[in-house]
Amino acid sequence: MLEIKNLHASVNGNEILNGINLNVKAGEVHAIMGPNGSGKSTLAQLLAGRDTYSVSQGGVTYEGKDLLDMDPEERAREGLFLAFQYPVEIPGVSNTYFLKAALNAIRKHKGLEELDAVEFLQLVKQRMKLVDMDETLLNRPVNEGFSGGEKKRNEIFHMAVLEPKLAILDETDSGLDIDALRIVADGVNKLRRRDNAIIVVTHYQRLLNYIVPDFVHVLVDGRIVKSGGKELALQLEEKGYDWVKDEAGKAAVQA
Amino acid sequence: MKYTTEKNSWYLSAFEKFEQSLNGESASRLHTLRRSALERFNSLGFPTTRHEEWRFTNISPILKTNFRPVLNPTAEGLSRKDVGQFAFGTRHLLVFVNGFFSGDLSTLDELPGDAYCGSLATAVKSDHPVLRQHLAQYATYDDNAFSALNTAFLRDGAFIYVPDGIVMDDSVHLLFIAAGKDHALISPRNLIVVGKNSQVSIVESYVSLATSSYLTNVLTEIVVGDHSVIEHDKLQNERRDAFHIASIHALQGTQTNLISNSISIGGSLVRNNVTSVLDAEGSECTLNGLALATGTQLIDNHTTIDHAKPRCVSHELYKSILDGKSRGVFNGKIFVRKDAQKTDAKQTNKTLLLSEDATIDTKPQLEIFADDVKCTHGATVGQLDAEQIFYLRSRGIDDTTARDILTFAFASDVVSRVHVDPLREQLEALVHSRLDQGRTLQD
Ligand SMILES: Nc1ncnc2c1ncn2[C@@H]1O[C@H](COP(=O)(O)OP(=O)(O)OP(=O)(O)O)[C@@H](O)[C@H]1O
Ligand SMILES: [Mg+2]
Repeated sequence: MLEIKNLHASVNGNEILNGINLNVKAGEVHAIMGPNGSGKSTLAQLLAGRDTYSVSQGGVTYEGKDLLDMDPEERAREGLFLAFQYPVEIPGVSNTYFLKAALNAIRKHKGLEELDAVEFLQLVKQRMKLVDMDETLLNRPVNEGFSGGEKKRNEIFHMAVLEPKLAILDETDSGLDIDALRIVADGVNKLRRRDNAIIVVTHYQRLLNYIVPDFVHVLVDGRIVKSGGKELALQLEEKGYDWVKDEAGKAAVQA
Repeated sequence: MKYTTEKNSWYLSAFEKFEQSLNGESASRLHTLRRSALERFNSLGFPTTRHEEWRFTNISPILKTNFRPVLNPTAEGLSRKDVGQFAFGTRHLLVFVNGFFSGDLSTLDELPGDAYCGSLATAVKSDHPVLRQHLAQYATYDDNAFSALNTAFLRDGAFIYVPDGIVMDDSVHLLFIAAGKDHALISPRNLIVVGKNSQVSIVESYVSLATSSYLTNVLTEIVVGDHSVIEHDKLQNERRDAFHIASIHALQGTQTNLISNSISIGGSLVRNNVTSVLDAEGSECTLNGLALATGTQLIDNHTTIDHAKPRCVSHELYKSILDGKSRGVFNGKIFVRKDAQKTDAKQTNKTLLLSEDATIDTKPQLEIFADDVKCTHGATVGQLDAEQIFYLRSRGIDDTTARDILTFAFASDVVSRVHVDPLREQLEALVHSRLDQGRTLQD
């Protein structure tokens, strides 16, 4: 589904991604962990189409197509979804208005009929339950004045309505209280299917107890220095990142 | 300078013709007023950019044409069908063609008590007692050539009188249509007098069916009686080559509430002056404005809030959305007089620049002579937010639609403050189509 090959990217001349390689197949869940500033969000935003980063080497294929060649909206319509680490507030645009415009743009692209107000509302009501979202958040301006947790929940709510093939969740767990974490993770699990995939960016093992990953990758200084199964997350929780860094450093020296 | 004297003489000789057409009326009290206004206009001359009040707005394009004052009612062959497209379904629709009231085109429903909604000229003829007390008492023309010119050619316009203790259940729509091909000078004069404990919403809209450029030079005076509430909404949506100069001058009594929403979309050069004098304790005044300009349009909003007495509150939100090579001006004066302790005044001015060639001049002007007051003002000028655009696009919305959604949101912050529902809906549709249009022009 997604193939990242030797991806190098920089901002204002600063190299942030230093050769990322990652393969995500349909049905898989990948977790990306790594210290602050290691490039996790950069990777996520770049995949979603943010144009502040320039790619100097490598490339990304999504379902056989050159992902980096597509506009952000094209990527979304082809089933890519990013739950932002810091969802932006949009005063004056209601959450439902935005979501309806997004859903209908995607449906139109797929050759499906656009939903009318009634059909849309039905869908929204049903998906809202999935993440136990407060109905008042629907008619408020997008993210404006939402608490940290409400913003994250709203991102997953959008995901539930848009039903992406590949969802990238950038630290969706941070800012959620314990109950919310469980609810949101349950919601994500209900959206899991054989033909879709999820990349979860997180700092905490606790999310991975709920959304159990097939692979865990450790990103350090813009490079994936270690990959493993779900037990890797436990090791990281216990020992921190230093041992991975040390290991990676030794490997680099030996090479 | 050359222009100034030349133009004066054009309007002076037009005034002479006007006088001749008046016959007997020229000895009236009203005509004495007109004459002194004309004299004042003559000595002031049209303003240049050397006048502080006109620093950013060069009116010389207005002086290139000899606009002909419209002196008599002309229906211009308009039918109710022509009018329908501009109406929004209120029970009190007063239609003015080139500044003159048209009974045939208007829809007048029954009014409570001694209320009056109709032609100012008719009220003058019948010597309406309220007029005698209030006409031309609030908007001074001493230092404003356009106000002087309006007063010199004062003929007709709307007169609205709401007596004490009356809540008007439907809004009053004053629809000003410019028609004909004559490069007209249209000078409507409006007077709104609201007694004590009353409430009314009044909408002024300015539209064009004219086939040439023209100059609208309108003046509206508003008197808000004690404990009364007025919403005044103004829509300016005239031809792209029309000129529009407008002044609203309000005087507020004790514990009154005045809401003024001013939306400017059309015209080539537009100047709105909105002034409210908070002349009694415990009053509240809200001035909102939106300017949508593109091409080479210039929209200038000048506001003045005069806190003359203690414990009054004023809120002000003026926004501009400027595209193409358009220009915006905002000048917000707030006076807090020595007596006006416990004043609470807040002014906000925001501009969205949609193109690199659009410009805004913005100037807050706070003059505070009392010491126990709360006054804040803030101005921002910016483009659409790249992060917001990306967020929308990352959910599947194309770039153009994302920009439209954000621009509309910026505008709706003002439009949503119009409480007259059908008008607000009409305004929303107008803003939408105007944004579409702006984009097509841009492409
Ligand atoms: N626009 C930018 N300009 C300059 N530096 C940037 C920019 N965007 C990202 N960076 C830098 O790139 C590095 C990686 O940032 P990124 O947000 O991808 O980290 P992260 O792994 O998501 O961190 P965290 O765990 O704190 O969310 C950081 O050092 C950051 O400061
Ligand atoms: Mg991050």
